Amino acid sequence: MKKYLPLIVLACLAVLPLVGLSSYMLHMIVLVVMWSAVGMAWNLLAGYCGQVSFGHAAYFGVGAYTSGILYYKLNISPWWGIPISIVVVTVFSFLLGLVVLRLRGPFFALATLAMGEMMRVSAENLNWLTGGNIGILIQERTWIDKTYYYYIVLAIATATFLVVKYLMQSKIGYYFVAIREDQDAAESLGIDTTWYKTIALCISGALTGIAGAFYTNYMGYIDPHIVFALHDVSIVTIMIVMVGGVATLFGPFVGAIIMVFLAELVRSIPGLGVAHQTFFGILLILIIIFLPNGIVGDFQKIKRLFKFGGACK
Amino acid sequence: MESFLQTLIAGVLLGGLYALIGIGMTLIMGVMKIINLAHGELMMVGMYIAFWMFTLFGIDPYLSVFIASPILFFLGILIQRFLINPVLKVDSILPENQVILTVGIGMVLANLATIFFKSDYRATPVSYGTSAWYLSDYWESAPFDLSLSVPWTVSFVIAVAITIALWFFLSKTDSGKSIRATAQDLDAALLMGVNVKLMRVVTFGLGSALVGAAGCLFIPIYYLFPSMGGQFTLIAFVITILGGLGSTNGAIFGGLILGIFESMTATYVGMGWAPVGRFLIFVAALIFLPGGMASLLKKKRIGK
Repeated sequence: MKKYLPLIVLACLAVLPLVGLSSYMLHMIVLVVMWSAVGMAWNLLAGYCGQVSFGHAAYFGVGAYTSGILYYKLNISPWWGIPISIVVVTVFSFLLGLVVLRLRGPFFALATLAMGEMMRVSAENLNWLTGGNIGILIQERTWIDKTYYYYIVLAIATATFLVVKYLMQSKIGYYFVAIREDQDAAESLGIDTTWYKTIALCISGALTGIAGAFYTNYMGYIDPHIVFALHDVSIVTIMIVMVGGVATLFGPFVGAIIMVFLAELVRSIPGLGVAHQTFFGILLILIIIFLPNGIVGDFQKIKRLFKFGGACK
Repeated sequence: MESFLQTLIAGVLLGGLYALIGIGMTLIMGVMKIINLAHGELMMVGMYIAFWMFTLFGIDPYLSVFIASPILFFLGILIQRFLINPVLKVDSILPENQVILTVGIGMVLANLATIFFKSDYRATPVSYGTSAWYLSDYWESAPFDLSLSVPWTVSFVIAVAITIALWFFLSKTDSGKSIRATAQDLDAALLMGVNVKLMRVVTFGLGSALVGAAGCLFIPIYYLFPSMGGQFTLIAFVITILGGLGSTNGAIFGGLILGIFESMTATYVGMGWAPVGRFLIFVAALIFLPGGMASLLKKKRIGK
C-alpha cells in the first residue's frame, strides 16, 4: 500500500480536472501543485542536506525572469524558458554556492536571505533588462483553459518528486543526510562536503527555477516584488515544508494544500484579508512549538494525540 | 568636496542610529545564540508607540524613549519566556527552527499592525522636523557650506548617550557582567553562580528595549508603515555580522561603516542601489572578515 501511495496520489491528481471543477478551483490546484514542487526543491536542500535557505525566491525569480526576458527581449516563446532556465539557474546557483556555501547554519540562512533581497533590488534597478518595477507582461496567452497548464505543472511536480526520491535513495542522498547530521563527521569520513552541498544547491535551485519559469507562463505577468518576494516566496516556501514535514517526501504537498487554501480562505474574510500573513505566522509558531517536524513528520504524534482524546501529549 | 563631506556627515549620523539597532541584535545573538529576525518588527512596534504618543497626547518622540523602551522590554521578556524558550528545548531535525520561529513572530507583529493601524504611511510632524544648522551661520568665510539637520543630530546624540549608558551597564554593574559572562561561556557562567536563565530573559528584553528606543529616535526623521520591519531586520544583522557576532564594540563600528557606505552609494551610484551596497558589504564581510570588526579590534588590542 505504502509503496503505491505516490502512484495513487498521482492518479487522483491526473483525473482531477475531469471532475468538472470551476476555473477558480483549478487555479487553486495549479498553485498547490506548483508550490509543492517548490517546497520539494527546498526540502532537498534544507530538509535533507540541512542547509536552510531563506532565499529561494532568488532561484524562483531567476527562473521566472529567464522566461520573461526571453519573451521581452528576444521575442522567443516563454515556454522555452522552462528548459533554458534549468541551465541558467544551475549556473546561477553554482556561482551563488561559491559564496554562500562557505557558511554554516544561521549564517548560511542569512546569506541566502541577503542574496534573495539583492536579486530583488537588482531586478528593480536593471531597467534595460527586466523592465524594472513595471515588470514583464506576456501579451499572448497560449491557452485560455487552465487544464493544459495544470497538466504541465503536474508533470513538473512529478519530475521534481522523482528527482528528489531517486536522489535520496542513491549514495548522494545518504551523503546529504550525513552532512545534515554532522558536517564535520561527514568531512572526516571522506565526503567532500562542499561539493555535495553545491550539488544539492544546484539541483534544488534548478528545480525551483523550473517552477518559476512555469509561473511566468501561467500568470502572464511578473515583477520583482512578486517573484523575488521575501515573504510571499522565500518564507512561504519554508512554511510549506515546515507545516507539511521537513525531510519527508509528501510533506511539501500536504503543506502546499494547507497553505494555499488557508491563504485563500483568510483573504476572503473582509477586514482581515490584508493580513493573511498573521495566520501564517501564528500557524508557523504553533507548528514549531508543537509539531517541529511538521504534520507528516510528526504524524505518529498526531495519531497518538487523537487516540488518547488529546489528554496527554 | 562639499557633497562628499555632506554625505560623510549624513553617513555618520545614520550610522549612529544603525549602531543602536545593531547592538540590540548583537546582544541577543551573543547571549542566546539565536538570530532574532523579528528585530525590525520590534522597532516598528516602538515607532508606533512613539507615533501614537505624539498624535494622541502630543508627547515629543524623544520623550517617548522612556515610554517605548519599558514596554518593549516587557514585550521582549514575554516573547522570550513563552515562545522562544519552549522551542529551545524541543528536539527537531533542523536546528534553525528558532530562527524560523522569530520570522513567524515578526510576521504576526507586522500584520497585526496592518490590521490595527492600516498600511498607511505615517510620520510625526514635529515642529523642528525640517530645521537645520548651517556651517555658514557660524563661520562666515567657510569655503563650502555644510548643513546639519536638527532631528538627525538630536537623534544621533541620544543614540550615543544610550550606547554609553549601555556600555556602563555592561562593564560596571553586576547584572551587566553576568550578561557578558553568559555570552562568553554559558557553562562557566552557570558554575560561577550566574542565573543564566534570568540573564537570557533579561537580555532579550534589553535588546528589544534598545531597538524600541532606536524606533523612537527614527520616527522624527523617517516615515512609518507596518511592513517596514523587514528592512531594518536586514540592516541589524548586516551590522551584527560586520561587527562580529555578540560584540557590542564591533556593532558600533559596524553601524558607522554601514551608515557611511550606504549614504555614499546613495550619493554616487544611485538611491535605488543603496540596499545592494548593503548586501555586498555584508557578503564581503562574511567571506573576508568572518570574525567581523571584533576580530580586528582584538588584534589591535583596543577592544575587550
